[in-house]
Amino acid sequence: MKNIRHILSKEFKSYFIAPIAYIVIAIFLLITGWFFFSTFFLYNQASLRNFFGLLPIIFSFIVPAVTMRLFSEEIHAGSYEILMTLPLTFGEVILGKFLAAVAFVLVMLLPTLSYAITVTLLGRLDIGPIVGGYIGALFLGALFSAIGLLASALTRNQIIAFIIGTGICFALTLVDKMLFFLPESLLGVLEYIGADFHFQNIAKGILDSRDILYFASASFLALYGTRLVMQGKK
Amino acid sequence: MIKVENLTKYYGEICAVNDIGFEIRRGEILGLLGPNGAGKTTFMRILTCYLNPSAGTIQVKDFNIREHPLAIKKLIGYLPENAPLYPDMLVFDYLQYVADIRGLDRETKRRRIDQLAATCSIQEVMHQPIAELSKGYKQRVGLAQAMMGDPEILVLDEPTSGLDPNQIIEIREIIKKIGKEKTIILSTHILSEAEATCDRVVIIHKGRIVADSPIEDLKQSLGKESVIALAFRNGDFAAVQNTLSRIAGVAAVEKAEGGDGVLAVNVTCKTGEDIRDLIYRSIRAQDWLLLEFVQQTRSLENIFRELTREK
Repeated sequence: MKNIRHILSKEFKSYFIAPIAYIVIAIFLLITGWFFFSTFFLYNQASLRNFFGLLPIIFSFIVPAVTMRLFSEEIHAGSYEILMTLPLTFGEVILGKFLAAVAFVLVMLLPTLSYAITVTLLGRLDIGPIVGGYIGALFLGALFSAIGLLASALTRNQIIAFIIGTGICFALTLVDKMLFFLPESLLGVLEYIGADFHFQNIAKGILDSRDILYFASASFLALYGTRLVMQGKK
Repeated sequence: MIKVENLTKYYGEICAVNDIGFEIRRGEILGLLGPNGAGKTTFMRILTCYLNPSAGTIQVKDFNIREHPLAIKKLIGYLPENAPLYPDMLVFDYLQYVADIRGLDRETKRRRIDQLAATCSIQEVMHQPIAELSKGYKQRVGLAQAMMGDPEILVLDEPTSGLDPNQIIEIREIIKKIGKEKTIILSTHILSEAEATCDRVVIIHKGRIVADSPIEDLKQSLGKESVIALAFRNGDFAAVQNTLSRIAGVAAVEKAEGGDGVLAVNVTCKTGEDIRDLIYRSIRAQDWLLLEFVQQTRSLENIFRELTREK
């Protein structure tokens, strides 16, 4: 447990040593802020539905940008060799890096609370969907972080890791939007696979165990895949 | 301390380490020699539990690399080739991170970092980013991280590669200092380094061990024939060959590369006989103008080249 904390702390600090963290956070806030406020006054509703509606698409390329370096950079630079010969287990390394990415997503989401505060000042805000939206955003961020981590473990090239991660995250976000192309028998399964479908359920303010189970199991699968990739490198 | 048994490692079809076996005693400084691609780094990576072997095993004290990798990692400090560290981190932060992972408590950590900074002479760069360090300093920081957990075994892959002569001497001194207390396994291309620092060498070629013994024993066992290099002013090789071949104990007389107006000759002597006085008397009797008379000792370089020569 201590080792997970040490890796988490090191990785989290590394984000803020390089300018990448500030750039990613700035881009995230710029995009979400722009899309949210550009239509906010047209709808004339005190809700963050637009913000949470866009979040899965924005996370699909922002989160893989956050995670792309976690393994790729180490493998490329060779520091992976020292890391894996320190008295650490695969699980500790993976969880440390994963939690660092999730912590970063959390930090990235914090300034968006100002949107909620602004909306509260302008009208009566239903608190349920807001809390649900942020919990869902954290689940979604965790799932995409796990997928990004897997993509990062697959290659020594950060750009390729980013493309793989973004590709998978986009696919999971958009899969339930493409259902009209697909045979009826697959609809139920594909809808269940879609991350956006589960996220939007939680963002309505309803914490259903099926949605939580989806995020937990999908994140676990991605992290387990990362472990298999690391074992394969031995 | 370390027992390597029938160790084999394949990368796809390529056999990097081919059924090797040897033992390393406690407190020994073992040099792993071999040309590029011989399998030295692969062996070190298996020993440090970075790679799994395809067959065979390594026993470190009571632990087996397959069953107890974590226990072995605690016993070993490892410096890979070119010291791959985190360029963005400060030296101090990096050492602190390694100390945390190695499970050192706050007080021990502080003491250990101070001690290693002094041993590896990195005090003046402790608060600099690793990316800004010279190669020599990076190597020293790498050494410090390898020693952080006060491991019983140190594995150093080409610790002096790419360093300038002064840096090489400094790193060599540090290794010698550490070697008084630890078991050290180091790989190197620089044979003089192995001669200067190691108690014993293992020469690996194409994944197999071609020699394993203390350096002096190796020189003696392979150096049965000694060579005397001679140089004459305007000598006639046929006459020299004719005269010297008649001396009992001379195995061969061969022409060597000489300069302008200089005849260079190598006289190979049989099995350890010292016939220098006989050769000298023969030369003096002929009234040749002798410029050089050098008994060549077989260096580790010669032995290495002989053992790893492509057949």
